[in-house]
Amino acid sequence: MSRWLKGGYAASIFLFLYLPLVVVAVFSFNDSRFSLAWHGFTLDWYVRLWHNTGLMTAAVNSLIIAASAATLATFLGTIAAFVLHQYRFAGRRLLFGTFFVMMMSPDIVIAISLLLLFLALPLNLGFHTLLLAHIVLCVPFVAITVFSRFHRFQHDVIDAARDLGASEYQVFRHIVLPLAAPAVAAGWLLSFTLSLDDVIISFFNTGPGFEVLPLRIYSMVRLGIRPDVNALCVAMIVFTIIALILTKILLKEKK
Amino acid sequence: MKDNILFRKLLISGTLIWVGLLAVVPYLILLRTSFLERGGEILQAAGWSLANYTRLFSPAVFSMAVDSALLAAGTALLCLLVGYPFAYILVRSGEKAQPLLLLLVMIPFWTNSLIRTYALVIMLKADGIINSLLLRLGLIDQPLQLMYTSVAVFIGLVYTLLPFMILPLFAAFKAMDLQLIEAGRDLGAGPLQTLLRIIVPLTMPGIIAGTMLVFLPALGMFYIADILGGARSMLLGNYIRDQFLVFRDLPMGAAASVAMTVAMGILLLLYYLASRRSGGGHLK
Amino acid sequence: MKKTVVELIEVAKDFDGQRALADISLTVTDGEFLSLLGPSGCGKTTLLRLIGGFEHCTSGLLRIDGQDMDRIPPEKRAVNTVFQNYALFPHMTVYDNVAFGLRMAKRSSREIRLAVTQALDMVQLSGLEQRRPAALSGGQQQRVAIARALINKPRVLLLDEPLSALDHRLRKQMQKELKQLQRALGITFILVTHDQDEAFAMSDRVVVMQAGRIEQIGTPMEIYENPVNLFVARFVGDINILDGVVVSRSGADTYHALVEGVAVTLHSRRDFLPGQQLHVLLRPEDVRLEQERDIAESRSLSAKFAQARLPGTVQRIFYHGATYDVEVMLDNGNQVQVTEFFDEDSANLSFRPGDQVALGWLQGWEVVLPHEG
Repeated sequence: MSRWLKGGYAASIFLFLYLPLVVVAVFSFNDSRFSLAWHGFTLDWYVRLWHNTGLMTAAVNSLIIAASAATLATFLGTIAAFVLHQYRFAGRRLLFGTFFVMMMSPDIVIAISLLLLFLALPLNLGFHTLLLAHIVLCVPFVAITVFSRFHRFQHDVIDAARDLGASEYQVFRHIVLPLAAPAVAAGWLLSFTLSLDDVIISFFNTGPGFEVLPLRIYSMVRLGIRPDVNALCVAMIVFTIIALILTKILLKEKK
Repeated sequence: MKDNILFRKLLISGTLIWVGLLAVVPYLILLRTSFLERGGEILQAAGWSLANYTRLFSPAVFSMAVDSALLAAGTALLCLLVGYPFAYILVRSGEKAQPLLLLLVMIPFWTNSLIRTYALVIMLKADGIINSLLLRLGLIDQPLQLMYTSVAVFIGLVYTLLPFMILPLFAAFKAMDLQLIEAGRDLGAGPLQTLLRIIVPLTMPGIIAGTMLVFLPALGMFYIADILGGARSMLLGNYIRDQFLVFRDLPMGAAASVAMTVAMGILLLLYYLASRRSGGGHLK
Repeated sequence: MKKTVVELIEVAKDFDGQRALADISLTVTDGEFLSLLGPSGCGKTTLLRLIGGFEHCTSGLLRIDGQDMDRIPPEKRAVNTVFQNYALFPHMTVYDNVAFGLRMAKRSSREIRLAVTQALDMVQLSGLEQRRPAALSGGQQQRVAIARALINKPRVLLLDEPLSALDHRLRKQMQKELKQLQRALGITFILVTHDQDEAFAMSDRVVVMQAGRIEQIGTPMEIYENPVNLFVARFVGDINILDGVVVSRSGADTYHALVEGVAVTLHSRRDFLPGQQLHVLLRPEDVRLEQERDIAESRSLSAKFAQARLPGTVQRIFYHGATYDVEVMLDNGNQVQVTEFFDEDSANLSFRPGDQVALGWLQGWEVVLPHEG
C-alpha cells in the first residue's frame, strides 16, 4: 500500500465517523429553525437549551446518576481488582469469568435481567434501581482497568512491604492504593462516561418519576430534527471529549 | 495475624456476595422466567415449559430473528472489512500521530450512540445533507428515500459500531510483533500469504472480540431501528422490548434474551479457543 | 562454636505437585556470609523466599533463632530482603522508602529521622533523601534497597541476586562494599547468585544447588578444589574431565590406574575397587604441560612426570593477557585445556600449534571421582 492510499483510506474513515457530528455542531450555531442553509451564527439554541427546564432536569438527573454510579462502581471495582490480584481463593477464576462475561454481555440482556430482579424483589423503578443497574454496568470496566494497573507494577513491591512489617491492610493502604490511584481515577471517569452514554439500561431500569437525558433525547429525536437538540448533542460530545482526555492523561505511564 | 485474615475474608466475601446478587442471581431469574408459561409470575416455583423456546422457532418469530442475525452479521462483516486495514494503518502510524488518531477513534466510541444516530438523521433525511448534495450536483432530480429503510438501519449500525470493531483489532495488532510480518516476507511469503498465514491467525482474538462487540449490540440496539427504520421492528432487540413493554409477555422476552446470550456464549468460546491458539492474552 | 541463626531440616517445597526443593538441610551461623549458588531454576530463590516467609515449606522444619517459622508471615520475621529488582516503592521518596519499616512498627518520628539518616549515611546516600527511585542510578537504587532492608536491624539479610542488574565495574565495587558492610554490622547475610566469582569473592561458605537439591556445602576453596561431583566441578570454573579405570590399589590413598589409556598414579581418599571406572578432574591451571623433547632431555623434568605423562599435540593457543590457554589433543583424540602463565624471562610463548607435548600434574592436585553415568 502506498502512503497516499493509506492516508486517503484513513481519512475517509474519519470523514465517515465525524462528518455527521460536525454537521450537527455547525447547525447548532445556525440562525435558522428549519432550513439546512446557513443563516448566520447564533448562540440562541444554547440559551434555549439552558432555559428548557424539563431537559435540564433530565440532564442534572443523568449527571447525578453518572457521578453516584461511578463513585460506587469505582469503590467496588477497586476492591474486586485488589481481591483478584492479591488473593487466591475458591471462585477466583469464576469471578474473573463473570466480569469478562458482564463486559461482553449485550446491554439489553443486562437490562432485562436486572429488570426481572427488580420486579421480583419488588423494587419500584426509579433512582435506586437505575443506580444499581449502572453500577453493574460499570464495575467490570473499573475492575479490569485497575487490575491491569496492579499487574504492571512488580509483585516484589508488595513482598517488600510485607517484609518490612506491613499488614495486609497496611499494604493496601500505603502501597497498592497510592500506586493504583491514577487507574482508580481513570476507572471513575470511564464509569462516568459509560453511564452517560447508556440508553438501553436506562430505558428499562428507570421509572416515570426519574427521567434521564437519553430517554428525554429519545422522545425528542423521534419527533424530528430540532436545533436545541443539536446544541445538546454538542454539549454532550464536548463533555465526552473532556472526560476522555482526562482519562488518557491519568492512565499515561510516568517515565 | 487475626486482622489480616479478617480483612481478607471481608474483601473476598463482600465481592463475591454483591457480584452474586447483582450479576448472577438476575441472570438465573432471567433463565427461570424464560421457562414460564405466558402470564407466569416471576419467582413462582412450579410450572416449567418449553413453549417460549418453541415459539422462537415459529415462522414469524424465527424469520424476524434470522433477519436480525443476518443484519447483525452483515454489520459485523462490513465493520471487519473496513476496520481491519484501518486498524493496521493505525498501528503502523508514527509515534507522534498514533495517540491522536487513537483518540479520534475513542471519541465516537464513548459518545452517546443515540446522539450519533441523531446526527445520522440529519445526513439521511429527504431534505438532509446527502440528498441536498446529490440534487445540487445534478446526479438525481428526486430526493432518495434513505430514511425508514433497512439500508438506513444498516448504515446506522455500521456507523455506531465501527469503533467497537477498530479498537480490539488495534489492540490485537499492537500485541503482535510486527517483525513477524517482515520475517514472513523474508522467508518468501507473498503479501497474500503473509496476510492469511501470519497476520490473520495472530490477530484472530482481536477479530473475534471485535465481531462480538459489534454483532451482539447489533442484535439489540432497538432505538437505532426505531429512529432510522421507522415503525417496523427489525431487530431482536425491538422484539424483546415489545414483549416486555407492549405485550407484557415477560417469559417470551426472557427466552429471546437467553437466545441472545447463547449467541454470546458461542462467540466467547471461539474467542477463548482463538486466544489460546495465538499464544494467550486476554482482551483489555 | 557460633550460634545457629537459621536452621532447615529436611525441607521440601512443591508447586502444584511439582517438587521445587527436596531434602534441604542447612545450618547458618550468626554473622556468617553464605551464598546460595546454582544455575537458574535450581531452587535457590525459592529457598530464599522460604526463609523470608513469602513461601511455606511443604514439609520439613525451618527455624530462625530456634523458633519454628511455620505459618509465621514475612512481617513477623526478624529477616529482611533485598529484592532482585530492588522493589523500591515508586511513589515514595528515598527517605520514605527507608523509613517504611519503622513506620510500620509505629516508631516515633524522631527515632525514625535518626535511624534513616544513619542508614543513608551508611550506604553513602546522604543528601538524596527527597529523590524518587526513578531519579536514581542503578547503584543508588541498590543502596536504597539495602538501607531499607537493614533499618529494622534484622537478624538475617536475604539478598536475591542483588547485583545482577549492575554493570561489571559497579558490581565489583558493590561486592566489596557489601562484604565490608556485613563485617561492620555483624549481621548474617544470605546471598542468592548464579555467579561463581561473586559467591567466592564474598562468602564464608557456599551452598551449590542443582534441580532443587543441595549438591555441596563448603568454603569457596573446598568447593573449588574438592568438588564432590561432576556438576559442582563443572559449575565452578573450567575443568578438564578425564576418564579412567582403576588397575590396583597400592597404599592407603594411592592407586594405579589407566587414564585416557595411559598408566598413571592417582591419589584419593575415596575407596575404589580394581576395575572400577572413574573420572580424573583437573583445573586448567593445575595441569603441567611441557614439550616432549624437553622431558626427554632433562632427568629432573622427567621425574616430575613420573606419576602421569599423557602425550598429546598442541592444537590452538588463546591469548588472555596475563595468561594464555593451550588446547591440547591427547593421542586418543580427547581434548584438554591448559592455562599457562607467561614466562617472565621469555618474550615468546612456550608452545606453538603442532608441538608434541606431555601433560602431567603435581601429586595430589587431581580430584578423583567415581564414574557418573
